[in-house]
Amino acid sequence: MSATALSTRGLSMSFGSLVVARDIELSLPVGARYALIGPNGAGKTTLINLMTGVLTPKTGKIFLGNDDITALEPQSRVRRGLARTFQINTLFAGLNPLEAVTLAVAERRSIAAKFWQKIATHKEVIEEAYEILVKLKLGDCCYQPTRELPYGRQRLLEIALALATKPKVLLLDEPAAGVPREESGDIFEVVASLSNELTLLFIEHDMHVVFRFATHIIVLVGGAIFTQGSPADIAADPGVREVYLGNRKHA
Amino acid sequence: MPVTAVSASPQQYLQLLSRWHPLEIAFWLATLLPFVLFPTYLSLGSQIAVAALFALSLDLILGYAGVVSLGHAAFFGIGAYSAGLFSKFVWGEPFSGLLVAAAIAALVGYASSFIVARFRHLTLIMITLGLGLLLHEAANSANWLTGGSDGLQGINIWPLLGLFKFDLYGTTAYAYALGVLFIVFLMARRLINSPFGLALRGIRENWVRMPAIGANSRGHIRKIYTISAGVAGVAGAVIAQTTSTVSLEALSFERSADVLVMLVLGGAGRLYGGLVGAAIFMIARDQFSGIAPQYWYFWIGILLVAVVMFLPNGILGGLSKIITRLRGR
Repeated sequence: MSATALSTRGLSMSFGSLVVARDIELSLPVGARYALIGPNGAGKTTLINLMTGVLTPKTGKIFLGNDDITALEPQSRVRRGLARTFQINTLFAGLNPLEAVTLAVAERRSIAAKFWQKIATHKEVIEEAYEILVKLKLGDCCYQPTRELPYGRQRLLEIALALATKPKVLLLDEPAAGVPREESGDIFEVVASLSNELTLLFIEHDMHVVFRFATHIIVLVGGAIFTQGSPADIAADPGVREVYLGNRKHA
Repeated sequence: MPVTAVSASPQQYLQLLSRWHPLEIAFWLATLLPFVLFPTYLSLGSQIAVAALFALSLDLILGYAGVVSLGHAAFFGIGAYSAGLFSKFVWGEPFSGLLVAAAIAALVGYASSFIVARFRHLTLIMITLGLGLLLHEAANSANWLTGGSDGLQGINIWPLLGLFKFDLYGTTAYAYALGVLFIVFLMARRLINSPFGLALRGIRENWVRMPAIGANSRGHIRKIYTISAGVAGVAGAVIAQTTSTVSLEALSFERSADVLVMLVLGGAGRLYGGLVGAAIFMIARDQFSGIAPQYWYFWIGILLVAVVMFLPNGILGGLSKIITRLRGR
């Protein structure tokens, strides 16, 4: 097996008596395309929040590569290469995409604390931001305030902001959430076109998308890993059908 | 948004956003008019300039970083007392006094920023309010240093550049206050157009997203809070130097509330909002207190309610909306 990009050991967490993560052991090889699936309330977003440091686990450890990042603040994890997107748009509504992505690039390059030079003089930062926007098909609307962008574009901007941090591991929380099915393909085309060195974990409910893009599927139920394996294994697993697929009308 | 921006490269576009607008130049030229048109109102002019400077300092934290403060007079007062005490015990040269006052206010701002940067919203309002009250009472009880409720005695400011005395007509005072305001404004403008300025807007627009792009928001807030405290200190120092008096009023809750009102009236988050708001507030106070001195807040109350109801982004926000609409036609 290739080197591990992100792993967790014995990760547990509960809100009061409700256990939201139970002894989670994960290991994402470099360049993997992992899908995280499970019924509503299974703890998928909680797991992302634990890995990114928004929540603190009660027990367990998180490793980025070989480094223990369990104690690091969220922004320090991002700086080490662990980025995420949000299920519900968490964007800079009053900034336009160019400004927003420029900001993210400036933060990564550690120039965002500089208050004496004009942002417009940082040509390389702006150009890098623009390149990312073009790659995500946002080049033509990058001067428009974010709040005025169509919803689908905003979902792409979610990904653009995460990419601007130059992640090694990217956690996508339902990247196409709320996007009509005919458009959600566009978003996953973009996701699929990302570099092979980037390790991906995405939460997604649409099984067509999951089986098309994932190389490995993790099924989460009640805060614990129910099973995991290749798409073929998961599709053939009767247990999965019962707890998850079977419950879904569209499956 | 300029129409030409559509065809510009991303870098040119950002450059366009930060260039000087003709209205800005007109604004600053207009600030010179009182010398010619209202020579008897120059004292008021210098008070407006000081209020504008103070409002600008609040705009840096509230309008740009979304940090609400109801105790910003703390730094205004520290600047005022520092400048007064400096003139009393060291020397009366105004510029050095100004720098010392700014440094002391910024230092206190830096110390308190460690508390401030950890909170948001109502908690933050209460904390800044509490710190402000605390300092007010501390100054009240430190009679030996501040003169307590009698105000600071023995302030002695030398003539500006050794030539221009701060006289009763207020010519020197207005020129000095306006000059300081303009220089600080230029620095603030530069800051706003910097990567740091963009990061502050990021904090205002989405506090949750910032850590997810690797930003250390608390570090940014500590920095802008320190800078803002320094600017507020400069404003306090100018009022101390131009009037040769410092009283506890400089640290009062009313002053903290007034500056917030000025900023909200003018429009937060657009640098000029505080300036315009300060001018309207101070002129209104001057005029209305001529009608009925004890009731003038009544009119400010009406103005505030009307602006907040009908122009949620302040007077400047309303104006820019109208201009955009006219252009769009």
